[in-house]
Amino acid sequence: MAKHHITATLNGEPVEFLCSTRQTLLDVLRDELNMTGSKEGCASGDCGACSVMVDDRLVCSCLVLGAECDNKKIESIEGMADGEKLHPLQTKFLEEAALQCGICTPGVLVAAKALLERNNNPTETEVRYWLAGNLCRCTGYDKIVRAVMNTAADMRENAK
Amino acid sequence: MSSERREYKWVGTRQIRPDGHDKVTGRAKFGSDFSLSGMIHGRVLRSPHAHALIKSIDTSKAEALPGVKAVITSKDFKDQPSELKPAGEGMVNYRDMTRNVMAREKVLYDGHAVAAVAATTVEIAESALKLIDVKYEVLPHVIDVDEAMKDGSPILDDKMIPIGYDTKNPTNIAKHVEFSLGDTDEGFAAADVVIERTYKTESVHQGYIEPHAVVASVSEDGQAQIWCCTQGQFMVRTFVGQLLGMPTSSIRVTPSEIGGGFGGKTVVYLEPLATLLSSKVGKPVKMIMTREEVFRASGPTSGGSMDFKIGATNEGKITAVTGTVRLLAGAFPGAPVAPACMCAVAPYDIPNVHIQGYDVLVNRPKVAAYRAPGAPISAFGAESIVDELAKELGMDPLKLRKLNAAKKGTKAAYGPTFRDIGYEETIDLAMDHDHYKAPLGPNQGRGVASGFWFNIGGESSATVNINEDGTAVVISGNPDIGGSRASLAMMAAEELGIEYSDVRPIIGDTAAIGYNFLTGGSRVTFATGLAVVEAAKDAVRQLCERAAKIWEVDADGVVWDDGHAKPASSNVGEFEPLSLAALAAQAAKTGGPICGHNAQNVQGAGPGFATHICDVEVDPETGNVSVLRYTAVQDVGRAIHPSYVEGQIQGGAVQGIGWALNEEYIYSSNGTLENTGFLDYRIPVASDMPMIEAVMVECPNDRHPYGVRGVGEVPLVPPLAAVANAVENATGVRMEALPISPPRLLAALDSSNIKQAAE
Ligand code: FES
Ligand code: FES
Repeated sequence: MAKHHITATLNGEPVEFLCSTRQTLLDVLRDELNMTGSKEGCASGDCGACSVMVDDRLVCSCLVLGAECDNKKIESIEGMADGEKLHPLQTKFLEEAALQCGICTPGVLVAAKALLERNNNPTETEVRYWLAGNLCRCTGYDKIVRAVMNTAADMRENAK
Repeated sequence: MSSERREYKWVGTRQIRPDGHDKVTGRAKFGSDFSLSGMIHGRVLRSPHAHALIKSIDTSKAEALPGVKAVITSKDFKDQPSELKPAGEGMVNYRDMTRNVMAREKVLYDGHAVAAVAATTVEIAESALKLIDVKYEVLPHVIDVDEAMKDGSPILDDKMIPIGYDTKNPTNIAKHVEFSLGDTDEGFAAADVVIERTYKTESVHQGYIEPHAVVASVSEDGQAQIWCCTQGQFMVRTFVGQLLGMPTSSIRVTPSEIGGGFGGKTVVYLEPLATLLSSKVGKPVKMIMTREEVFRASGPTSGGSMDFKIGATNEGKITAVTGTVRLLAGAFPGAPVAPACMCAVAPYDIPNVHIQGYDVLVNRPKVAAYRAPGAPISAFGAESIVDELAKELGMDPLKLRKLNAAKKGTKAAYGPTFRDIGYEETIDLAMDHDHYKAPLGPNQGRGVASGFWFNIGGESSATVNINEDGTAVVISGNPDIGGSRASLAMMAAEELGIEYSDVRPIIGDTAAIGYNFLTGGSRVTFATGLAVVEAAKDAVRQLCERAAKIWEVDADGVVWDDGHAKPASSNVGEFEPLSLAALAAQAAKTGGPICGHNAQNVQGAGPGFATHICDVEVDPETGNVSVLRYTAVQDVGRAIHPSYVEGQIQGGAVQGIGWALNEEYIYSSNGTLENTGFLDYRIPVASDMPMIEAVMVECPNDRHPYGVRGVGEVPLVPPLAAVANAVENATGVRMEALPISPPRLLAALDSSNIKQAAE
């Protein structure tokens, strides 16, 4: 079957790829574009390790087809830092040890960034429900939730 | 070796982990992130039956499919003798192992590997699986541990010779173990109160988010390179070598970053298949499990049923405990019955104990380790019955535990006499914690429980290389599963007297560093840490020798202090201290490179104890249990990096809450697993959990230079009973079986209401 020719932007850069109809965006990122920062934990939308932004919407890239992404804006973990400068969430996760094995971390960071862009003052409950689709088996979530809330506090402080 | 109480510059601080930046930017390479040029893809055909004879396998159609490069079945593996061989701390039977990675005469569980295909694409490999024709003769199966022990149960292996268990008939009981202390008849005779109960737990999966993955590349000269996510690259080398008949020197295993293991990556599944496929095809072969395969064919830990009997005086002194623990092993022997028996009542000083255990085959995947293997199961029984005893006596459950607490000098039922341990302190801190005194609302309850885990040492090697600019590289051989690189680098920086940021810790492949037993048993920061400390001391000794050479004095006239060589006393002479960097810069002139080494079989692991407090609220309408507050107190020896120690405690507690409340395997009447995804096998999510307060007691292990005890496993031991005890206090209903899922709890609440109404 003929492949689809897709033109999109990935982390701000123009990108073109060919994909078969059954390839998911996660497959395209990992296998066609060699961007392995997005992880596959389940391929069924249950773990959130594959979280990316498509046109400013947080999605599980394992549930989006590559062929759906024509003319879309895709953002993955690889685009989160601004050059040499980590995003404040990335820095906070390091400072507060909000990762252990780190496999969930890219997805958690992408999802948390999406939250803070909508709500710069989330409650603990809001953080917990927002991240309920991002499974982490290592941390028990405590340090993740704290790091997200502390980053939000810093960002509010810096915005003053 | 004594643990010095001195001021540390790095130990006990919260540094940024050396592998951190790569892990927050997506740069770090995990198991499935690795690729090689010319690589092809492997997939596994798995049994749809719980128990069946394999009558024939026809792979010809699959082999004929364009793009298929090789198909393997058990025929491609030589059979292995049935004998227990030492591997690391335990024993393995390669006859079983080769049958687990590829079924031979029979399939023994739903998901058991039957054949594997390598093809140019994953899609072709999957199509080829459908073309493999396997003729099965389906046999009766058994899933439940108690059923499997009954006469007349389907037998998995009629040739199996049980260990420690006498029977003439074929049996599923692979092993029987016993541990005794004192005389339990006398102990019960001295008791005022005796309670007997039966408990049950379900098998649960370790639930690491990263599925198993491997790339294997065997070249024409027989040299194999394997990249995989594993808890032990040396373990992979040994097992692949044995199963494929390859010399150890021909296999080089590089561990990727590992996306969680918890014990579940201490075995091989895909590695021997990918290596064999690669050797047949002459190309690198990549294999990744799907999540469904992870659930059907890897892990889990045992489920079990157990009987406990406890006797105590009216004053609360426990006089005797007996217990029988029956653990399901899955399709091959190896349930962690011995540690389950040994840990059950290890927190207590009890004069009369008898605990026995059975290792029982059932038609499920062979169990793998899961954090403190066996201990959470038996502790669920033991800590539930201790709680019932406290109720019966009208005593505070922590006071009862304190009254009976093991301390320095206590002889444990499993043999040893404890040295310095911090168990009592964990109880004291829990009792004094404001959590323990906080008021509770309606439908709320509080539970406590304690736990014990041995921790281990084991074979460890490390190298500390001093670089020419005065920085250092630490090479060790244990995959970093949760921050161990940071701890190792901090201890090395402390010894060398240089900046933490000037120490680069790396994890060597099997050809780059001496043998290391795998990451498990909470051993890395303790045992590999000890090897790193000794290797750093070796480097320091060499640095002192170089200074002695420069100063033309005896080497023992030089001491190392704060990163500098100094004269030991004014008698040696007046010399300006030489920094590590200054000595490193002159290394070529003073004798060549400075490389510290250490390799040893580390002994002296300090046991870990913990006491947890859990508050729950039960919804009487739905049976749903919410955990409101959780505090975990643990003796950690000394926390090298407190944040990662807290992380171990918090993560373990939440896994235990999942085990207690939700996680279970659901089998169809045909013995096939029905919940093979995270939607139906529900691990805790962020919105299920409260913050987990980790409280660290530091009772240093006197056999480690920094007092380290393992910390990773004991946090999973208390939560099962802590949750059940809390539910009992909230509802008046004692849940003797896990998980306490809403339908089960609702049924229990309903039947207790009916009972109450009838009375
Ligand atoms: S891989 Fe997409 S949600 Fe798990
Ligand atoms: S850090 Fe391991 S799964 Fe989250």
